Amino acid sequence: MSDLKALYQEVILDHNRNPRNYRKMENPDRFLEGYNPLCGDRYTVYIKMKGEVIEDISFQGSGCAISKASASVMGSLLKGKTRAEAEVIFDQFHRLVRGESKADAEELGKLAAFSGVSEFPARVKCAILAWHTMKNVLEDKAESVSTE
Amino acid sequence: MMTAEKTRKTKSSAAFDVEGIRRDFPILSIRVHGKPLVYLDNAATTQKPLAVLDAIDRYYREENANVHRGVHALSELATKKYEDSRETVRAFINAASSKEIIFTRGATDSINLVAATFGRKYLKPGDEVVITGLEHHSNIVPWQLICEEKQAKLRVAPINSSGEVELAEFEELLSEKVKIAAISHISNALGTVNPIRRMIEAAHRFGIPVLIDGAQGVPHLNVDVLALDADFYAFSSHKIFGPTGLGVLYGKERLLDALPPYQGGGDMIRSVTFEKTIFNDLPYKFEAGTPHIEGAIGLGTALEYLHTFDWEAVVRHEHALIRSAADRLSEIEGVRIIGTAKEKAGVVSFVIDGIHPHDIGTILDQEGIAIRTGHHCAQPVMDRFGIPATARASFAFYNTVDEVDVLVQGIQKVKKVFGYV
Ligand SMILES: Cc1ncc(COP(=O)(O)O)c(C=O)c1O
Repeated sequence: MSDLKALYQEVILDHNRNPRNYRKMENPDRFLEGYNPLCGDRYTVYIKMKGEVIEDISFQGSGCAISKASASVMGSLLKGKTRAEAEVIFDQFHRLVRGESKADAEELGKLAAFSGVSEFPARVKCAILAWHTMKNVLEDKAESVSTE
Repeated sequence: MMTAEKTRKTKSSAAFDVEGIRRDFPILSIRVHGKPLVYLDNAATTQKPLAVLDAIDRYYREENANVHRGVHALSELATKKYEDSRETVRAFINAASSKEIIFTRGATDSINLVAATFGRKYLKPGDEVVITGLEHHSNIVPWQLICEEKQAKLRVAPINSSGEVELAEFEELLSEKVKIAAISHISNALGTVNPIRRMIEAAHRFGIPVLIDGAQGVPHLNVDVLALDADFYAFSSHKIFGPTGLGVLYGKERLLDALPPYQGGGDMIRSVTFEKTIFNDLPYKFEAGTPHIEGAIGLGTALEYLHTFDWEAVVRHEHALIRSAADRLSEIEGVRIIGTAKEKAGVVSFVIDGIHPHDIGTILDQEGIAIRTGHHCAQPVMDRFGIPATARASFAFYNTVDEVDVLVQGIQKVKKVFGYV
């Protein structure tokens, strides 16, 4: 597979065209904006918790295919997960896009679509923008996220 | 030493030999991701000809010493070469005197110099500074800073949907309250060429001095500061085939003389005691500290190199490139050109429906094509068009029509990757 095909896998193109959970949440517990000043990617991530469980997660905003697909896949993966589980998945994703992951495709599941990102250092920030925003929402940090 | 009064050759000579020019630029023959480099990011920075590389190499091998400080042979040589470059710059933009040529760190530094010193001396609460909606951040933020400090007001002449400054609205903003106007010669985001001659004339009717941000002007146009009657003209060496880290500020002698110094230090003083310092004459008053000597020598060499070309042919060639790029790109379904001013130079900015510019940039890069994607340090321009970013192909005289072909094929590839063809 060429680097380009590995980057723009069908899953990514699909989530870019039809992002899941792409909406403003009416009564979120928390929400936060993430912004990449370098390329102008900008997303707001909304979360509703039920105890320790992420009951609902959604996002809205604009940016490149990598950043949008990443936000979309993140939402589908994290809905119903506990805070602790979400942090584990965050770490897994983080290692994957930085090229530090040893997990195989089966362990990675939907995340595997992002395995090509690590070959494009300039695009790592696109992939992690929504994830960092989500992490700050979970940790209840007030400041918006900026990846540059 | 080239000190011809005519700033650039305009006699038409032999046919424009772009392949010959390309051989003068070693980097143009490298490969990127296994493909021949197609360098279309010249508005960000230009590549350097062998003459410039050699001049810098020679400087450090055979000529290096500090300037204006020694009686020894090397210092005299370095000083002479540094000052010869100032004269070359003077001739290149047709300034009246080399005292009016100040070496700075870049266009950004040149604009900051004027904003800080002019602002400190002349701006009072309630005064106004006029810029346009086309400006690069470096011709916005320095003015915002000084306006805030002096409680002056920054007024912005808007642009229309073609990316041209609304001249009537610009003229409407001019009044006795306006102390200075700052206008780009050519927009780096859209390529619009502003009618600066006319804008300067309008400002002068109110006695308003005008700074021209010529970062994108000098690489593409024959600039004559006297004919333009520009009060200040700023540009960067690295965008006109010279080294990075060096810029030029031209200013009318009368205006520069009246300004307070910018930074303090060595070279900018005549005598220093703890009670009082007497400042040096122009241009040294504004050149504190050891300057970027090899940068100045490199820029001088780049301008002499440019001098060997028939400038009318260069302008014609560049114009053909951007017209061909704009025409062919706009024939592709889903592609929209951003910035359709009647007068344009150097730049073709565009967007593609459903594909973010950042993705365009990554895919073109895999084809060896270097373009810039993003807001191009001109967020207000992006806001005006309601887009977060564009893809920008920017040209120099060493680019070819074949490279436009490669760009067009590259865009087809982008659409294919995204499943649009
Ligand atoms: C129109 C314009 N003005 C100013 C600048 C700033 O130039 P520099 O970064 O070399 O100081 C640029 C560079 O991008 C520019 O295009």
